[in-house]
Amino acid sequence: MYVEMKQINKKFDGFQASSNVSFGVEKGQLAALLGPSGSGKTTILRMIAGLDEPDSGDIMINGRRVNQLPGSRRGIGFVFQNYALFRYMTVADNIAFGLEVQKQDKRTIKRRVEELLELIGMQDLGKRYPHQLSGGQRQRVAFARALAPNPQLLLLDEPFAAIDAKVRRELRTWLKGMIERVGITSIFVTHDQEEALELADLIIVTNCGKVEQIGTPKEICEKPESDFVKEFIDTARVWRL
Amino acid sequence: MKNVKRTYEQDMEGDGIHSLQKVIEPRRNEGSCTVKYFLIGVSVLFLFIMLFLPLMVVAANALKEGWRVYKENVLDEYTVKALKLTLLAAVTAVTINTVFGIFASFLLSKYNFRGRQLLASLIDLPFSISPVIAGLVFILTFGNIGWMGGFLKANHIKIVFAVPGVLLGTIFVTLPFVFRELFPVMNAAGKDEEEAAALMGAGGFTIFRKITFPHIKWALLYGMVLCTARAMGEFGAVSVISGHLRGKTNTLPLQVEILYNEFNTTAAFSVSSILVILAVLILIVKSFVERKRK
Repeated sequence: MYVEMKQINKKFDGFQASSNVSFGVEKGQLAALLGPSGSGKTTILRMIAGLDEPDSGDIMINGRRVNQLPGSRRGIGFVFQNYALFRYMTVADNIAFGLEVQKQDKRTIKRRVEELLELIGMQDLGKRYPHQLSGGQRQRVAFARALAPNPQLLLLDEPFAAIDAKVRRELRTWLKGMIERVGITSIFVTHDQEEALELADLIIVTNCGKVEQIGTPKEICEKPESDFVKEFIDTARVWRL
Repeated sequence: MKNVKRTYEQDMEGDGIHSLQKVIEPRRNEGSCTVKYFLIGVSVLFLFIMLFLPLMVVAANALKEGWRVYKENVLDEYTVKALKLTLLAAVTAVTINTVFGIFASFLLSKYNFRGRQLLASLIDLPFSISPVIAGLVFILTFGNIGWMGGFLKANHIKIVFAVPGVLLGTIFVTLPFVFRELFPVMNAAGKDEEEAAALMGAGGFTIFRKITFPHIKWALLYGMVLCTARAMGEFGAVSVISGHLRGKTNTLPLQVEILYNEFNTTAAFSVSSILVILAVLILIVKSFVERKRK
């Protein structure tokens, strides 16, 4: 297990956001936290990233308990839902940011930025500003920026939520290809069943702060372990038909 | 049946359906022009009475006894000292309230904690208190008969009826200005970018310098300009705290009052003109900053 959540509990002002959450993601796997809005999946992601602290339970990354470790030292790349690109910096500067913080030398940074711009297919757009990019382009820059410091774990918070339907499909395929190519362990949050079923190796279904079921897309579809999972997945299958 | 698939635009254009434009735009002969000119007229009249007229009166009276007397009044020893104190108070208030404003708005917009709302309301307090009351509060706290009176006296620290008191009063009444300009901007920007930077290992100052500051630059400057204007014009609180010691604790507005009370009207207006000039300078800077903000 590369990432493990053990009996995680989190309360926000009396509201139980996470209740006894436990799951594990293997190295190199692409896992999806799937559930309706408000089911606690983003909370889980943020706790793995160190943006929020659990009230109880253990967060393990690479066999190490990281609860007390600040997010920046957990080897994580995070893609925010609205990308959170630095609006006063160019695309190239955005991607370079993590490396500059690590005080790498200019040549290394330049090379890595060029490498990533090529990876996301935006070689000529390095000098653009975020507001001059389309939604899909911003998403790709956010992805590159998260990857630049060579993290071991990639976390994505509803990466396609802010994108229109048509571009979404292309971007989905592109992202899956990228992640497989880079080979990085990834966890993404989504409320879109189709997305989870299509992209993920492992799906963790959440509801009301609890984990309903963990399994491969096939297992989730064919052997739903609760009524909620059954209905939730059925909605997706109806659409697919 | 004819299969008519019309676009929304087609629907809105003709076939007996009045276009939106016709419905909303005031039709020519219905006196709408009169309303427009009436409103403009009222605004101009108001501005004339409240703004231009006083300015003209100040200018006329300042120069009533001629240019030489005007120069004498403006360069009078006590007036110059008052000007210096006004500038000192303004610079001090702006500096302290800028630092405070930045910290407070960063705290309140990027963090969530108990009492957040209360703190935000407290910062607005100087707006709701009469400056005279504020001055009184300082006397009751730092004056000889005040809470800290004994302690201050024992350590030979003079606050009330001394320059520190004037500065304190000015800082208090201008406290919210920078904060009020920064907070909405920072609040609207959210904390995502700062969080993203923090996750990549950036420290607090780096985050502020590279991510927060570029966004608030012009709002910050605007707040500082407003703060300066208010600080220079402050009268009530400073009047109570300063003790009106000519040459020592008088600011320009207080100096004007003293001259006027001595029936030295021309001098009063002359010194007022200094304030007017300062106000015009501030206005010019403000317009420049406003334009940059867009």
